[in-house]
Amino acid sequence: MSRDSTTLIIDEADLPTVLAVDLARGFEGLVLAYQDRLFSFALRLTSSPQDAEEIVQDAFIRAYNALRTYPPERRRMLVLRPWLYQIVLNVTRNRMRGRRVDQTTLDDEETKWHLLLADDETRQPEVIYERDERQGHLITMLMELPARYREAVILRYVEDLSYADMSRILEQPVGTIKSNVHRGVVLLREARTAEPDEVRS
Amino acid sequence: MKDNHQSSQREGSDVLAELERLPRVPAPPSLLPTVLLRTGTADAYARVLTPIGPVFIACNRQGISALAREREPAQFEAEFRARFGRPVCRVEALPEPYAAALAGQLSTDVSDTAMFDLRGITDFERRVLMKALEIPRGEVRSYGWIAKEIGRPQAVRAVGTALKHNPIPLLIPCHRVVHSDGSIGEYLFGGDTKRIVLETEGAAPDVIERLGRSGVRFVANPDDGTFCLPTCGRSHLHDNFQGRGLRTERDAFAAGLRPCRDCRPAVMTS
Repeated sequence: MSRDSTTLIIDEADLPTVLAVDLARGFEGLVLAYQDRLFSFALRLTSSPQDAEEIVQDAFIRAYNALRTYPPERRRMLVLRPWLYQIVLNVTRNRMRGRRVDQTTLDDEETKWHLLLADDETRQPEVIYERDERQGHLITMLMELPARYREAVILRYVEDLSYADMSRILEQPVGTIKSNVHRGVVLLREARTAEPDEVRS
Repeated sequence: MKDNHQSSQREGSDVLAELERLPRVPAPPSLLPTVLLRTGTADAYARVLTPIGPVFIACNRQGISALAREREPAQFEAEFRARFGRPVCRVEALPEPYAAALAGQLSTDVSDTAMFDLRGITDFERRVLMKALEIPRGEVRSYGWIAKEIGRPQAVRAVGTALKHNPIPLLIPCHRVVHSDGSIGEYLFGGDTKRIVLETEGAAPDVIERLGRSGVRFVANPDDGTFCLPTCGRSHLHDNFQGRGLRTERDAFAAGLRPCRDCRPAVMTS
């Protein structure tokens, strides 16, 4: 399916209303609106494009299954951004802990889909995951951080979320989060200072 | 907050700038269709070869939803969305049970009505299409016959309209419905294609039309005292009926014949 005029774009602010009125249509709009941010987020958390795609797929399916059980009023009141980031974070944590149990299948005999993508979709331009060696090193340093620091730093500085949103996502008080962000940044700086010269230059 | 970090600890503040410069990586093109398919919010479609050439067949968890001639995928996807109000994503092959049901037997009888998703059409249209599904392969019925069978004998034109909008032609065999005078008539894939499909099914459109032109509407079966529509499996179309042709059901009743229970040819009861 091509991302052109045949897909529908819903203004992000209208998404909760559309979800309340027409879940299927609203859901497609939701995926379109958030897929790039959530994929990027999962990619920064895992540094694996394959894992990131599976995580975001599972996260969207969890989101859909939850939305189906919510009454329209609850869907209308949803604050989508922290809600979706939290689902991605939870799916990621489960995978990182080695819990690969897939709880997202809709039923036991879910169809395995083999997509046939248009030529222009399979021949993607070279996707840039990291611009240079220095950025690669930063990503490595991020992956070496303890998860609580990595998550906090990514949400704050890569995803540019507010502390209020982060508090919803991480289910922690803002003070704790600030302290984790700070600690994470300190550790990154230490790692940067300790890095080999050729990367530093 | 960012400013605090940067000013309070200038050394290494480049780490923050670097974090903020990490590029947003777009989701791969497979993500959206996979999510839509796995949540059942999009239909899937695949290219399938049929006696009339390649077609696209779409399906979802409710059943097969559409069949159309192969065209530009983007065009098909746009038309599907316009008609059904939901997206459709291309897959390599239809999922089970549809793939198995269709394998090698297209335009024969997928008569399991549970295999079709006919949401979004009117009750009248649904009754017309379900009735068309009852017409056996190799046989034809008239628009008037469908109208009579669904209890709307006056609605002959509306039956034609409903068949013209059949979302799943070929599998729901609207091509087996012809004019009461035997002329094959129009088809949403074109009249010539209708003849080809009927020919493939063994329905001999030329013979049907010739009989119609000669005025034959029914066929007598003296052996069991019944009369049939010409293509009914009991009337042996291939022998050209040799004197068994009837012009009106009045003639049939006058000859003491009963209407066949399979093809239910009569409008009158006796």
